[in-house]
Amino acid sequence: MGNLHAGGYSANAALRWQESLPWLVAIAAFFLLPEFLNLGARILIFILFALSLDLIVGYAGIVTLGHAAFFGLGAYTAGILSARAGINDPLIQLVASGVTAGLLGVVTGAIILRTRGLALMMLTLAIGSICLEVANKASSLTGGADGLAGITIAPVLGQFRFDLYGKTSYLYCLAILFVCWWFVRRLVYSPFGASLAGIRENNLRMHAIGAPVYLRMLAVYAISAALAGFAGALLTQTSQFVGLNVVSFELSGEMLVMLILGGVGRIYGAFAGPAVYMIAQDQLAKQFPEYWYLGIGSLLVIVVLFAKGGVLGLVDRMVSRIGKGRRS
Amino acid sequence: MKSIRTLLTLLMAGAIGLFHAQAFAQTIKIGVINTYSGPNASLGDIMDKGMKLYMKQNEKRLPPGVKIELVIRDDGGANPDKAKQLAQELIVRDKVQILTGLIWTPNAAAIAPLATEAKLPVVIMNAGTSSITTMSPYFARVSFTLWQSSFPTGTWAAKKYKRAYIAVSDFGPGIDAENAFEKAFRDGGGEIVGKVRIPLANPDFVPFIQRAKDAKPEVLFAFIPAGPQATQIMKAYNDLGLAKSGVKFIGPGDLTPDDELPNMGDAPLGVYTVHHYSAASTRPANKSFIAAWKKEYGEKSTPSFMSVGAWDGMDAIYQLIIDQKGKIDGDQSMISLRGYKNANSPRGPISIDPLTRDIVQNEYLREVRKVGGKLANVEIETVATAIKDPWKEINKK
Repeated sequence: MGNLHAGGYSANAALRWQESLPWLVAIAAFFLLPEFLNLGARILIFILFALSLDLIVGYAGIVTLGHAAFFGLGAYTAGILSARAGINDPLIQLVASGVTAGLLGVVTGAIILRTRGLALMMLTLAIGSICLEVANKASSLTGGADGLAGITIAPVLGQFRFDLYGKTSYLYCLAILFVCWWFVRRLVYSPFGASLAGIRENNLRMHAIGAPVYLRMLAVYAISAALAGFAGALLTQTSQFVGLNVVSFELSGEMLVMLILGGVGRIYGAFAGPAVYMIAQDQLAKQFPEYWYLGIGSLLVIVVLFAKGGVLGLVDRMVSRIGKGRRS
Repeated sequence: MKSIRTLLTLLMAGAIGLFHAQAFAQTIKIGVINTYSGPNASLGDIMDKGMKLYMKQNEKRLPPGVKIELVIRDDGGANPDKAKQLAQELIVRDKVQILTGLIWTPNAAAIAPLATEAKLPVVIMNAGTSSITTMSPYFARVSFTLWQSSFPTGTWAAKKYKRAYIAVSDFGPGIDAENAFEKAFRDGGGEIVGKVRIPLANPDFVPFIQRAKDAKPEVLFAFIPAGPQATQIMKAYNDLGLAKSGVKFIGPGDLTPDDELPNMGDAPLGVYTVHHYSAASTRPANKSFIAAWKKEYGEKSTPSFMSVGAWDGMDAIYQLIIDQKGKIDGDQSMISLRGYKNANSPRGPISIDPLTRDIVQNEYLREVRKVGGKLANVEIETVATAIKDPWKEINKK
């Protein structure tokens, strides 16, 4: 286990200096790259989404292909509140999105968490498809394949208007991500987090020692769903539009890819993955609008072949090699 | 940490330097949002070819010292939030002065608020839902609306047939096509025996066409986005033997796009469509357009109505650049676009309606026939001359 790994209950829960790095980079980017703030806000949103996914994939060992269902529900909740009910306050929308997505997490989790492994994965896929079809068919609410337009978002706290350059979006997403990160970090280092790791590593033994395995899984699934719902709401608020692809299977898959790219089960993998993936995508799509998928594909093959544990795994090994070099 | 900051600062300084170097060269940047990946990648390609051919042929029309740079971005299909993000970046980062492309209605709808906020002239080269041009005063359309083609289709069909079935893609343009055809067909005394909406993404057409067949109509009216889906629905129509059971197949020209005809076998022979452009048209302006196209892209390549949308879109953009002598202002551009006219488009005379900023053009009835061993949309008659978008005309009253 490398030193960037957010361990578990047994690990030292004190903040290490490396953990401030993502935040310093984010703040530096705000001042140094003012033209990239819209992209930055999107990256922050997908980091939050990846973080929610890491909680269940990396810590609880629930591999899902339908996580976009919660992201999408969050996005549509915020969008529908604004476009259909006229509730434009971003924070109210955010809370509502988290609650609805969390509830969906409880309901679907109660069903699917009775299964394990491949069956579970199939069920997440099925639930994702159902959600996509519901969003497509309920076009009086969601706008169907045309998307949900006509969303207006009130200024954050009545002060900060969402601007074309994305300053407000960026800082707003950064603040929400910070709060969620803090919560996830506390969760992972808590006894609850330790029991999740136990379930992931040896399910039977956790049953044997009398841990309420099913309830623990359900709880973390719902929490993860709510976090994904927050991320969805942020996407709606910063883009002021909701399209069907927020509930698509492609998004679920892409998210999993980003997480694996960054490194699973280590919190900061969820930071590195989306950042690397989206910046690469942005640059490649600019250079080769017709062939950029080729570049993304090659990047993934290289990472999976040569960088086990994702980008952070690579960093770990580099750090430990330098450390050895110094000692000798 | 310090070194990273220095590096970032250096990178930024480099980027700023680049921006300045470009600004001095009197280059007008035009953002293009189109589809270059996924199942509909061929659409972006065929529109690109139209734009680039126009630019190559008309380089000298630009005011002296003015150059045009296309900043091309891929939306991957009907992806409204992606399109919106791309538009935002094109405005903020690349500082484009004109935006164009836009194959998909949802994508165009998503960027409407941005166009309004940034006062950015947007020339829509394809997306055909009637309501789009009402979404932003900075939108002008050079392509078509589904009402323009489907309404005359309904009027024409009602004279020949009594019972029709409607199958359309379940999104803006499809719903427009359905409403337009239904209204005109009913007004003409026809009966709609059934209708179905087909999901936009990854459809399997067989069950839908089977339902149409079971309803036993005299005529099946369908709209799907022009491109690979046109070939797929034609295949389903052929495989299920609708022609043999006496069901005629009609629709807007999206059903038989010129560039897809070679992929369709003999299935579409005898299919009637109404549209504003056919590559087989014998107008002199079209003949020279086709000749230039074949010379540039080879004998096998055929332009479609989308290529002509792109061609005419570039013409409108050139006109607004010339009108303003290379200094692009949002409101001035819109004045120029509102007065846009071209008597010699490959599709015949066109203009932009100053009131609605929407295209005014002729609509032709065509039948798919074999011409010189190849399928072609042969224009039979002009069913509507200088037709404005019927949806806006009807809703005005």
